[in-house]
Amino acid sequence: MAAHLSSGRVNLTALREAGRRELREFLDKCAGSKAIVWDEYLTGPFGLIAQYSLLKEHEVEKMFTLKPGRLPPADVKNIIFFVRPKLELMDIITDNVLREDRGRSPQRDFHILFVPRRSLLCEQWLKEQGVLGSFIHREQYSLDLIPFDGDLLSMESESAFKECYLESDQTSLYHAAKGLMTLQALYGTIPQIFGKGDCARHVANMMIRMKREFPGSQNSIFPVFDTLLLLDRNVDLLTPLATQLTYEGLIDEIYGIQNTYVKLPPEKFAPKKQGEGGKDLPTEPKKLQLNSAEELYAEIRDKNFNAVGSVLSKKAKIISAAFEERHHAKTVGEIKQFVSQLPHMQAARSSLANHTSIAELIKDITTSEDFFDNLTVEQEFMSGIDTDKVNNYIEDCIAQKHPLIKILRLVCLQSVCNSGLKQKVLDHYKREILQTYGFEHILTLNNLEKAGLLKPQTGGRNNYPTIRKTLRLWMDDVNEQNPNDISYVYSGYAPLSVRLAQLLARPGWRSIEEVLKMLPGPHFEERQQLPTGLQKKRQHGENRVTLVFFLGGVTYAEIAALRFLSQMEDGGTEYVIATTKLINGTTWIKSLMEKLEPAPF
Amino acid sequence: MSRVRADEEEYWHSSKFRAFTFDDEDDELSQLKESKRAVNSLRDIVDDDDDDLERVSWSGEPVGSISWSIKETASGSTSSLDGRDTSPQKGSSSYAALPKQASSYSLSSLFKGRNKLPSFQSLSDALTDTGVKNYAPELRRPKAEYKDYSSDWSPKDTVRRMQRGKVCSLERFRSLQDKLVLLDEAVAGHDGNVITAVLIFLKRTLRREILFRELEVRQVALCHLIHFLRETGEQKFLLDLLRFLDRTEEVALSQYREHLNIQDVEKRREFLKGCIGLPFSAEDTSHIQDHYTLLERQIIIEANDRHLEMAGQSELFRKYPRKASILNMPLVTTLFYSCFYHYTEAEGMFSSPTNLKKTFKIPDKQYVLTALAARAKLRAWGDVDALLTTKNWLGYTKKKAPIGFHRVVEILQRNNAPVQVLQEYVRLVEDVETRLNLATKYKCHDVVIETYRDLKDRIQLTAYKCKVERGSAEEEKINSILSN
Repeated sequence: MAAHLSSGRVNLTALREAGRRELREFLDKCAGSKAIVWDEYLTGPFGLIAQYSLLKEHEVEKMFTLKPGRLPPADVKNIIFFVRPKLELMDIITDNVLREDRGRSPQRDFHILFVPRRSLLCEQWLKEQGVLGSFIHREQYSLDLIPFDGDLLSMESESAFKECYLESDQTSLYHAAKGLMTLQALYGTIPQIFGKGDCARHVANMMIRMKREFPGSQNSIFPVFDTLLLLDRNVDLLTPLATQLTYEGLIDEIYGIQNTYVKLPPEKFAPKKQGEGGKDLPTEPKKLQLNSAEELYAEIRDKNFNAVGSVLSKKAKIISAAFEERHHAKTVGEIKQFVSQLPHMQAARSSLANHTSIAELIKDITTSEDFFDNLTVEQEFMSGIDTDKVNNYIEDCIAQKHPLIKILRLVCLQSVCNSGLKQKVLDHYKREILQTYGFEHILTLNNLEKAGLLKPQTGGRNNYPTIRKTLRLWMDDVNEQNPNDISYVYSGYAPLSVRLAQLLARPGWRSIEEVLKMLPGPHFEERQQLPTGLQKKRQHGENRVTLVFFLGGVTYAEIAALRFLSQMEDGGTEYVIATTKLINGTTWIKSLMEKLEPAPF
Repeated sequence: MSRVRADEEEYWHSSKFRAFTFDDEDDELSQLKESKRAVNSLRDIVDDDDDDLERVSWSGEPVGSISWSIKETASGSTSSLDGRDTSPQKGSSSYAALPKQASSYSLSSLFKGRNKLPSFQSLSDALTDTGVKNYAPELRRPKAEYKDYSSDWSPKDTVRRMQRGKVCSLERFRSLQDKLVLLDEAVAGHDGNVITAVLIFLKRTLRREILFRELEVRQVALCHLIHFLRETGEQKFLLDLLRFLDRTEEVALSQYREHLNIQDVEKRREFLKGCIGLPFSAEDTSHIQDHYTLLERQIIIEANDRHLEMAGQSELFRKYPRKASILNMPLVTTLFYSCFYHYTEAEGMFSSPTNLKKTFKIPDKQYVLTALAARAKLRAWGDVDALLTTKNWLGYTKKKAPIGFHRVVEILQRNNAPVQVLQEYVRLVEDVETRLNLATKYKCHDVVIETYRDLKDRIQLTAYKCKVERGSAEEEKINSILSN
């Protein structure tokens, strides 16, 4: 079930197990039979920690989704709400509790489990509604860093970027620091901390403060991580705006991966057996889990999509050949041997079938004219061509009323690649957008401006070309099949954030002081003292392990680029990635948009 | 996927660039096909019962996962649950298989401080606690210390206790000085939860002016309060605060946002009218003004048209009943609507397209695009022609399209324009290659033939013969050109 978590350099099963343990402890506090009422958003992340069987072992008999109205009847002793600390959810809970039939017997007990943190604000809210007293246990479940894969942790906090950079609310940073303390408790103190950006600075400060305030926290675990690199998302606003071109990145761009699951249109996933098909084609989306537990997926997920086809066809040949073996199996022993391999072969075959179908679905899109046009404009901007004037393609997309988010991604990309747009250009885009999509989007445009994604150029200076050249962000000769540089993940553009990580490992940031000063926020280095016994004596040729924490979100393409660096023969560093949220340009921009009333049609 | 450093015109108009091509398109396609074929052929060999490997319902939810179970248990069918019990559960088996040592890790067991009561030390903890003590900040409050009425905590301790989720009484912080120390401690702790809690306390116990004044020099706390007020919808308090801080543009936007909560259009219009005077930036002011004017227009048009539609007198409304009301639609949508239902109206009418164009200073390009789409949808080809015709001062007419004729063709084609109409505009596409592409794609034979003739391309012309009907006028035309 969780084997993929232990496949990496750092065994993340321990983190998952710690989470499971804490969940069991809470459930046992509420003695007797239980029903859980779920904040739907949480089921995904919780699914990565535990399955229903675990809950069932602890007398959870029913589970419901949180919604207003009367709670469904269930003959249980306890009703437990699993919720994020959000006021709108408190209103629903209040409604549930107030509608509970007081006359029923036996009475049901209410409890709340806040994830990831108890909120005094929410409790105050419940108090004002007069229901706070109805809850016997009000606890928190610190689900800070959820293990997604052997080298990937996420807090799945969708509003983290907005809170940090728009509302200056640092609560999610506090959670990040807490999560890092948990990680250090399990995997040892991280001796070296580097960072870039205001939020990074805050998190490092909090970690140091937390450590100082709990002198007993010095633990005796041999450190697994050598270095922690904290990176603000707003140091690199560019990368998430560009379309990811790795296999996994494209799946996410097109279909959206949520908590390692993706929902796909069912048409390409043919019915089970030939002859049976045709009649009842499935209409529900096909849902697949994507992680490194699947051998084939682990191999192709981080490749440029252009390199995926050849791997799939190679695999097909190998599997076909393996099945052919049955003709050569003559003796009973040989047949037995063949049969014993069948389950593995079938799994490989089904995995191949799925990914062939997915690749076909993606190819339909990537070969479309519009995808190409969009990509061309993105690549022009990133390589610094015509970023200072109104772009025809963007204008055309507005005229044809393409989805607003697509427009915003492009305009923001242009703005970032030009260190801000000329006032005239910015005003022109704004007017076109407002006239076509509605004036109320002025609020969204304002948010983007506050976050620095869309802004007028100040001082008339464009720093991007210098940054691009110094950090070699644009590579003209990119090899998609056998990459020799991280720029393959965007077919030419090397993600700035990952370049910073790469340069930190070798030759060190001192070489790029000038550029670091052009990027927002301070850069810094901190050291955490280790007891003498725990200091690492590195074996010759042993790789260092660096934890890169993206504050404000990370894309799959950036993860792919870091994995590429981990696998470089002479790289010398292996990376584990942590983030507040796995994002792509669309989900990211969406999180910054003002929530508007749904359109009447 | 290589970047094309071509002229913008070139890549945008021509369709010769294929999107995201694999290095060797055909090879790659065949590769995918190959693996597909292999996969399919293997179906014959083995029964496709891969679901046995991991029990997955069609929706892909592994059987036993949480979201799957919500549906399952909510449906109340306990029988299906019991039925599954006989099969080994993925989750439980993996849990059981985990070594004891690993399973004894728990966040809370790791974070027990030296002098904390081992209040939730379980048996397994005791068994596996092999002398290695782990001290880390406590992430969770022990249940023994549920509530705490002791009032002797310093501001620092109070904040620290609150961070650990303990309920502390703040009432004992009476003096302004004490309260501010408490706030500063909370801010230093960065826990938004605690900062907000302290702010709620201050908001309740301090006079506004004092609170505002103190927050002005405490930006982090200020941000939290603003966020809090937004979330709880205390609009008036928020506006007072922003005004005090002289953040006028924010006041304006924040007030403007309120219009989204007003359902009644008349009230919404009134509200927007009130927004016009707010201190927006110069650019935004004109947008807000436009927003108001637009809604004002829409209300007039809506009342009028609903009446027309109900009366059943207008053929246009009978033939093309409105799908929705025009209220609160974007400007361009409104323009389209007006080009569709009110195209011929005089400029003096509020609902006429020319009036909208003038009032909102809609650029030519945008106007032509929208009008074209609307008239083409009605198959009013005469209007299309007129829209694209300009007269110069000598009285000569000339076809002009600010959006480029290739776009005109696209729009007309999307509305199933007949070939005769289509080819007139295909002929006007300037770029020869684009013109040929479009003409071939939409079977405007005359244009193709004429273009090849002008290019003096005999080979292509000959080749094109097989695309036209045998014995048709087009074939004759080709023959006559070829024989000249």
